[in-house]
Amino acid sequence: MSTPTPSAAQSLYSDVIRERWRRPRHRGELPGANAVAEDVNPLCGDRVRLMLAIEPGGRIAAARFVGDSCAISTASADVLADLVAGRSREEARALDVADLLGVLQAEIRPTRMRCVTLPLSVLGQALDGAPAAGQPPSAPSSRSPRP
Amino acid sequence: MRLDEQTRQDFPILERIVNGRPLVYFDSGASSQKPRVVLEAMNRYYERSHANVHRSIHTLGEEATELYEVARDSVQRFIGAPSREEVVFTRGTTDGLGLIAETIGRTLKTGDEIVVTELEHHSNLIPWQLVARDRGAVLRAVPLLADGTLDLVALDRLLSPRTRVVAFAHVSNVLGTTVPVREIVRRARAVNALTVVDGAQAAPHLRLDMSALECDFYVFSAHKMLGPTGIGVMYGRRAVLDSLEPGRGGSEMIKEVWIDHAQWNDLPWRFEPGTPPIAEAVGLTAAIEYLEKLGMDRVSEHERALTRQALEGLRRIPGVTVYGPPADERGAVVSFAVEGLHPHDVAALLDAEGIAVRAGHHCAMPLMRSLGVVGTSRATFSVFNSPDEVALLLSTVAGLRSAL
Repeated sequence: MSTPTPSAAQSLYSDVIRERWRRPRHRGELPGANAVAEDVNPLCGDRVRLMLAIEPGGRIAAARFVGDSCAISTASADVLADLVAGRSREEARALDVADLLGVLQAEIRPTRMRCVTLPLSVLGQALDGAPAAGQPPSAPSSRSPRP
Repeated sequence: MRLDEQTRQDFPILERIVNGRPLVYFDSGASSQKPRVVLEAMNRYYERSHANVHRSIHTLGEEATELYEVARDSVQRFIGAPSREEVVFTRGTTDGLGLIAETIGRTLKTGDEIVVTELEHHSNLIPWQLVARDRGAVLRAVPLLADGTLDLVALDRLLSPRTRVVAFAHVSNVLGTTVPVREIVRRARAVNALTVVDGAQAAPHLRLDMSALECDFYVFSAHKMLGPTGIGVMYGRRAVLDSLEPGRGGSEMIKEVWIDHAQWNDLPWRFEPGTPPIAEAVGLTAAIEYLEKLGMDRVSEHERALTRQALEGLRRIPGVTVYGPPADERGAVVSFAVEGLHPHDVAALLDAEGIAVRAGHHCAMPLMRSLGVVGTSRATFSVFNSPDEVALLLSTVAGLRSAL
């Protein structure tokens, strides 16, 4: 029985990706979320929903995600949830793919880059739809409605 | 001699080393690799004979025209079309299906019905969605049975005098299901509906005979059957082509033109506006001759043996789910899932071993929903694949669950 070569599989799936895929820290519903967005990766059909709990002052108190997604996309969403927690909306919006790659520590090929960026674009949509300070929560935005 | 032993040295790309391992290419269902004869024929054409076809009154123009029209004869022979006028060159299966949908679409009226199936590739669904929307027609889909075959009883319920078109794949690109074309054509004809068959996954693997299938349209791509990208075939039954206005306009498809009207050219050129893919037609001829030399019955037999080996082997691996019907009811396609792994990760981990498979929704999202999955991993087989390669796939898949 042959198992994947450590080098090729390991450069693609770093320890961080493996760990976050096996035991994501922020996967699951977020009761009380007031900014929610969901999108799909047209390439593969992967779906990620990101839920944010934004305090009236604009600070993101917590973020969680759910979705049908690959190891890279799942790890990316999980790391992103870590990164946005405690930040202001503006700070969250300023996060980019380099921030995620810095944590993921993996050599992502161009064909899989969209797996990394999908949660990031969902974050942007969630922030776009987020209530202004003191406003009631908005309906979830979704570019691709569920069937 | 086994087919792969005979053919492997004909495919230069099989010398590639991928991630330190010899390439094992199980993605011919997406696009096949090309034997040297195809590459050489196209090179020779560009180096010696290239010019535009049909209107160039010089030696090269005549040679190019001759080569282009020889390709039509090759296709006619390969698919058992009654006449060469029924063979129209397109840019590929998607282009052919779009052309048919647009062309038939012009004849549809509000309330007319189009029947597709839940197996369809988006290419045989979206053009019909567009046409239905534009013409006020109704789109219906034949559901699947649990074993991945079509529910023909439901088809009978869907067919009515309102049905104008029945469009379906000959072989599913996901499940490999081989659809009973003649049976569906017979039922569609009973209500005077036109039949459109997506043969993209069948043409590379099965001996085709249009006069036996009796469908009105049959389309496929060269690049999945050892030929080049950029050219496909739309077979249309002559009586039907004669009755239709051209779907698209341009040069080549006319006899005489005035500012406000034109007289259409004869078949098949009426459906071929613009400069056609000439070098690609030359490559297609070479691919057809290569397949004919191997013999399509032998090709089918070889690929069925690999498919059976993969199916039986994958089914025995704990945590692996295999989708679709048994080997003798399917084309050279095996879709599977590995418990706890996303299909893209399965494909990436196999790629680390040099094994190329497809992963994702395979442009068949409605089918994915009906299977209740986001996507699958898919291995597809061609003339150059060997039982040893399938064995390597099986042993590698067996080790995957501990890989991530």
